[in-house]
Amino acid sequence: MSTTMSSETAATVEPQTPWSTPRAIRIRTTSVVALSAAFAVVVVLFTGVAGIDGWAITFMGLSIVVVLARTSRAGSKERKDALMRVIITSAAVTAFAPWLSIFGSVILKGYLGIRPNFFSQDMRTTTPDDFLEFGGALHAIVGSLLMVLIASAITLPLGILSGVYLTEVRGRLTFLVRFVVQSMSGVPSIVAGLFIYTTWVTATESFSAFAGALALAVLMLPTVARTAEEVLKLVPEDLRAAGYALGARQWRTAFMVVIPTVRSGLTTAAILGVARVIGETAPLLLTSLSNSALRFHPFDGPIASLPTYVFGYLQIGTEYAIARAWTGSLVLLAIVFVLFTLARRFGGKDKR
Amino acid sequence: MTVIYNREDKIFRGVVTGGALTSLIVLGLIGVFLFMRGAQIFGDKGIQFITGTNWTAGSGDGVIPDDFSIGAMLVGTIVVSLIALVIAVPLAIGGALYLEFYAPRRIRRTLVTLLDLAASIPSLIFGLWGIEIFTGFGERWAVLINNWLGFIPIFSVEFDNFGRSPFIAGCVLGSLIIPITTSVAREVYSRTPRDLVDTCYALGGNKWGALRAVVIPYGKSGVIGGAMLGLGRALGETVAVYLLLNLVFRYNFRILESEGGNVASLIATKFGEATEYELNALVAAGFVLFLLTLVVNMTATTIVQRSTPRA
Repeated sequence: MSTTMSSETAATVEPQTPWSTPRAIRIRTTSVVALSAAFAVVVVLFTGVAGIDGWAITFMGLSIVVVLARTSRAGSKERKDALMRVIITSAAVTAFAPWLSIFGSVILKGYLGIRPNFFSQDMRTTTPDDFLEFGGALHAIVGSLLMVLIASAITLPLGILSGVYLTEVRGRLTFLVRFVVQSMSGVPSIVAGLFIYTTWVTATESFSAFAGALALAVLMLPTVARTAEEVLKLVPEDLRAAGYALGARQWRTAFMVVIPTVRSGLTTAAILGVARVIGETAPLLLTSLSNSALRFHPFDGPIASLPTYVFGYLQIGTEYAIARAWTGSLVLLAIVFVLFTLARRFGGKDKR
Repeated sequence: MTVIYNREDKIFRGVVTGGALTSLIVLGLIGVFLFMRGAQIFGDKGIQFITGTNWTAGSGDGVIPDDFSIGAMLVGTIVVSLIALVIAVPLAIGGALYLEFYAPRRIRRTLVTLLDLAASIPSLIFGLWGIEIFTGFGERWAVLINNWLGFIPIFSVEFDNFGRSPFIAGCVLGSLIIPITTSVAREVYSRTPRDLVDTCYALGGNKWGALRAVVIPYGKSGVIGGAMLGLGRALGETVAVYLLLNLVFRYNFRILESEGGNVASLIATKFGEATEYELNALVAAGFVLFLLTLVVNMTATTIVQRSTPRA
């Protein structure tokens, strides 16, 4: 800013941000990074190092070399700081790469099969090798929804009770209950399947949607219980005190003050529980099996579900079968994504 | 303070306690039922069940006797999970530190949201991604490792066939547990007392100095707990391993060889065609897996709870 300018318009003061990186340094950093990236491309093109992974590794190696060169005259403390910045960023990129790749590949490979018939037909009269214009996953979607609904109906009350116990009743078993819920969340899904197989399926002598739902419920309960507890913890003590001051008994306070306050938080608990189990495959392989026809009956014989649909077609392994598996995965991922968005929306409501 | 509850409240407290105890009951029932069904096998085989390597279904007429044991699968379970852990833990720590201390604010929120979402990608999709996309990369790395480090026994191979190896399955399982480990680690790091970090800066430390002196030591037990939660998930993983590994019943410590398996995938593979006795053996295998993961998870829970006084 020249002095003549400021004398004419004395009032304008440019906002200063002395803490931010100066523009010249930013440009230099960016160009160094761009140059290393370009050089890594050259390395990939003309040496044995190949593929996007080879490029990334070369790039990370180059960055370390560049950082070491640029800080060669700095003290060892600055050197270490700059080096660790590169290493931590590289580790982060590597850690995020797999799931970014998963999101990308599921969308790219799955969208080919997204057609109206995928949502309106089952596979009763379609062979796995038929073109994607025929057949669909309606039966699988319906089966999954049915099982998840039953599982939610079982776990939601239990999960809320467990949360209420931990936050309202606070009995002697608080520590034990919390510990068990936490440990239960680590029960392998296949073990849950085996459990229901040895009990319900053996007793009723039939695979069914209900058996599948029971297995899912075992896996869902810890998630719902834990989220419910977290949510109920947010209720301010004053509200409870107000309830008691109005002469309400503990149960009235719990059911008419505390729980309604966090209604949408409890919805979040249910949604997160559903998101946890919607993609579970292993337990369903032992309890509900699969089916190529559309069915609604929860107690009568094997039923399809999205995970077993994907799993089954992946096993068949022909081109169109695998395309169906990718599309099934896309639908599954989309459901999880929608559930998460919903959970966020409901979760955000209580905090305000 | 003594509180006197009237009858309504006593009923309420009873019902709620009952509801809260269902998880305990279910956990107990899982143990009891699996053990009852598997007891026959434990009686027949004794300790051999977890040390032997054979899984042979008999011919039924007694010519070839039934011989079921899960030693090889237990070793496979541990090998694959350890590979996953070795890959996932450093990356998860890096990812957590990056998100908490390095990431620009704008992309940080997006990444945290995506991380939560990634933690709930079904393992089936990891398996699908593993065989369709990752195997190509993994085989190439395996060849490189074998060329350069083949003199170390665990990196040697008998056959030059690098697909479907514990290494590849381990990498995919590693990717599977990175989200959960990262988000636990991030959670712990974000609880580092802010004034301690500021003290570091005030004393002239730079970012790495603060991380090394305060943040990383502070979060150590939390990260260990998170890693063990990841380990628990890796030990019990079924479909991803099922899709990525050839089930071979022998002790295999050569991680690039294309053979292996784990207990969970054994159950999924043999379940459909099993005889009554074999089914009992599978349930017995499930019981062993259940105990293994329970011990790991309880340890993890204890560590995490101790490291986070508030939780």
